[in-house]
Amino acid sequence: MARSLTPLLWTLFSAGGTLAALLFPVHLLLTGLAIPLGWVEAPSHPFLLGLIQHPLTRLYLFTFVSLALFHWAHRFRYTLYDGLQIKHLTALIVVVCYGAALVGSVLAAWTLWSL
Amino acid sequence: MSSPVRYTPFHPRWHRPRVSVWWWLQRGSYAAFVLRELTSVAVAYFALVTLWLVRAVARGPEAYARALERLGNPVFVFLNGLALLLVLYHSVTWFNLAPRAMVLRLGGKRVPDAVVAGLNYGAWVVLSASVAWILLRG
Repeated sequence: MARSLTPLLWTLFSAGGTLAALLFPVHLLLTGLAIPLGWVEAPSHPFLLGLIQHPLTRLYLFTFVSLALFHWAHRFRYTLYDGLQIKHLTALIVVVCYGAALVGSVLAAWTLWSL
Repeated sequence: MSSPVRYTPFHPRWHRPRVSVWWWLQRGSYAAFVLRELTSVAVAYFALVTLWLVRAVARGPEAYARALERLGNPVFVFLNGLALLLVLYHSVTWFNLAPRAMVLRLGGKRVPDAVVAGLNYGAWVVLSASVAWILLRG
């Protein structure tokens, strides 16, 4: 089963990598540093609430979070194998990495659905 | 003339030198590779921060203000700064690999690597500006 899933997992990794490469720097710079440190004016609450309640934004945010997590799962899995030389723990690593990505995606879906 | 071939009933044991767990520190290119792989941790971290911020906004103005205040404390500023550096490293390595991961052909000729990478960088600039424009309007 793991073998037949490989192309799908690789596609998720690749899509997530592209998304992260294109969009994460600007989001991190703005919401991670510029807004909390006051370099730019923070968006007002009503504006942000309206923005994230828009169906397109919800779809965007779900893709953003979910693909990023699957990208992490795939890369981190191989880093653990090779970096720490624990290839014999394959099954456990696979379950933990992709499982965490799946749980995070469900959490994101639920959060965005109930906005 | 020919010497008799001798077989052994046992499989030979290959000599395999043990590789240190720190193999990736032995050469700059190995370290760069592992660092590139570890950028994924920054990606996952920020995905979760974003989700947490969305939940705070959904809970109301006070929760949103508290979340921004918490993001401004030194620990988060340090983590976010570090994550930004790692994510930038991810972006640059990803765009530079793109021409090799996806070979584009136009009229039977391979599109030069620099053009494919350039298109990625162009999309990066346009998307970043769009996100900033949308987010900072309000």
